[in-house]
Amino acid sequence: MHAKDYIGFSILIGMVLVMPHLVGNDYYVGVLVFAAFNCLACIGLCLLMGYAGQISLGHGAFIAIGAYASGLLTTKMGWSPWTAMAAGAFLAMAIAFIVGIPTLRLKGHYLAMATLGFASIVHIVAVAAVDLTGGPAGVLGIPRIGLFGFSLDSDIQYYYFAWTAVVIGLYLAFNIIDSRIGRGLRAIHGSEDAASAAGVNTSVYKIQVFALSAVYASVSGSLYAYYVNYIDPGPFDVMHSILLVTMVAVGGLRHLWGAVIGALLLSLLPEMLSFAAAPLQAIGIEYKPDYDIIVYGTILLLIMLFLPEGLFAGLAAGCKSAWNLFKKILKGRPFVRE
Amino acid sequence: METGLITDLLQFLFMGIQRGAIYAMVAIGFNMIYNSTGIINFAQGEFVVLGGLMMVSLTMSLKLSLVFAFLMSVAFVTVVGILMERLTINPVRRPTVLRLIIITIAVSMLFKGSAMCFWGKGSHYMHHFTDAPPLEVMGATILPQSLWVIGILALVVIGYVMFFNWTMTGKCMRACAINRDAARLAGINDRRMVMLSFALSAAIGAVAGIIITPIIQMDYARGALLGLKGFGAAVIGGLGNSMGAVAAGLLLGIIEALSGGFISSHYMDAIALLVMLGVLFVRPGGLFGSSEEVRLKEF
Repeated sequence: MHAKDYIGFSILIGMVLVMPHLVGNDYYVGVLVFAAFNCLACIGLCLLMGYAGQISLGHGAFIAIGAYASGLLTTKMGWSPWTAMAAGAFLAMAIAFIVGIPTLRLKGHYLAMATLGFASIVHIVAVAAVDLTGGPAGVLGIPRIGLFGFSLDSDIQYYYFAWTAVVIGLYLAFNIIDSRIGRGLRAIHGSEDAASAAGVNTSVYKIQVFALSAVYASVSGSLYAYYVNYIDPGPFDVMHSILLVTMVAVGGLRHLWGAVIGALLLSLLPEMLSFAAAPLQAIGIEYKPDYDIIVYGTILLLIMLFLPEGLFAGLAAGCKSAWNLFKKILKGRPFVRE
Repeated sequence: METGLITDLLQFLFMGIQRGAIYAMVAIGFNMIYNSTGIINFAQGEFVVLGGLMMVSLTMSLKLSLVFAFLMSVAFVTVVGILMERLTINPVRRPTVLRLIIITIAVSMLFKGSAMCFWGKGSHYMHHFTDAPPLEVMGATILPQSLWVIGILALVVIGYVMFFNWTMTGKCMRACAINRDAARLAGINDRRMVMLSFALSAAIGAVAGIIITPIIQMDYARGALLGLKGFGAAVIGGLGNSMGAVAAGLLLGIIEALSGGFISSHYMDAIALLVMLGVLFVRPGGLFGSSEEVRLKEF
């Protein structure tokens, strides 16, 4: 990690500590808890998309695997939430290897379609295998996870717990990209042929990162199940997978901070849009939550067309040029090119 | 009992061919854009939906004649396809495949959302093309609409073969698909060929949507699954190989109908997708490509 990343961590931790006091009511704390789940899944997805250059449209399925493993093992088998979460993560990793080994050997973007197909299958099974998953009715009565004997009953406790998980996940991800694997991955993103010529075992690295990102998604799904205490197939459809890709792409593929920013921004977007509904109503436009998908699509399209490196890179470039201008003004020569 | 089984089998076969014809057309659309740009267009299923919904509006609400409404719907979606290419694919300088794919995902979200705004969330009913009574073959019934579907698929395939073999533009498009740099050196405007491939694949998608709507009742959210199965057909037939895609589409439709009839209707879609994944894992070059050809291609 670089010095800048430590600054980023301090800002993130500061924001996590301050936000609940700013938003005040439990509903918005809940929204921020959901944002934490998305952040965690997006950090994993960013490792895959930004650093291995592969796109997965099936991460919703890995979230579902984590959530269902946690839900079923705790309610039907009486496992402790922590063991169930570990089992879910292990299962997600195993499935990622099974899906990833054949497809990641292919070049191009077969993984995108293979994972999309896989996500549809998982969703169909979640709906149709009524005996196992409870079908559309879902799994009820999932316990809240506890920590060192304390149960995390209130929203605010769970908020700190979920964001701690995000910070830890982010820290681990930063360590991975600074390791030999991370350097290998960046080489793959640059040029797969060059990387393999330089001795990087490209397909093994890609498969490992895919499995790791599945684990992130699965843990986020488990945390979700322990928070809402009830799961059904609804939130794990293909659209959710696409939304995760949108979050990472909007924030910026090339940097983990981009994934965090994108996940935060788009998780909070529905709330912001519902704030905007009233003023829009006043000027004669009736805004419904159904229209969110158009807003998501527009944002993603505009970012990809005009700011392909994402919001984070755009923000960083903006700050840099503002700082340069500031320095020039201090010297008294704002219009001179250096 | 024996005749009952054969009747069932025939019935599922007809159903499968009718479904498969749609997958085949979607797969041809995927192949065209893949050949000209190397990307998988995630908005392909949305072309089908837009074609179907437009046809519903023109025939059911505006009461236009069938032929005129057909042509108008295809023209509408073709224009949508051209706009998509001009506004979102063409302006991208130094494109990477990842970026282009995410762009098509964004466009598909926009199409889906817009379709929901204009046509609502419900599914839309449309008259069959002709009022003739269903035919009966050895106890199995065939809807006249299924014959329309199969007939139009045949026309599309004939038109496709004629266009790519006998017209200058078609030959130019093939040249671009084989080697873009060489085609450009020979004086072919490759960017125009990309636009043309979007126009054609949008048009074929629209035709597929129009002919299937009387049978399945179109709604805004069908695009993803139709697109995914069409992609499955394209993979099974060998990505880029359109005649393989037609055979694979029919095969996929039949497998789906048979598994829906004999195994479980809940898992019908899952089985079709499993077949796609299986082929992707075992023979990524598709079932029909010769192994020699497959080795030369890059995967």
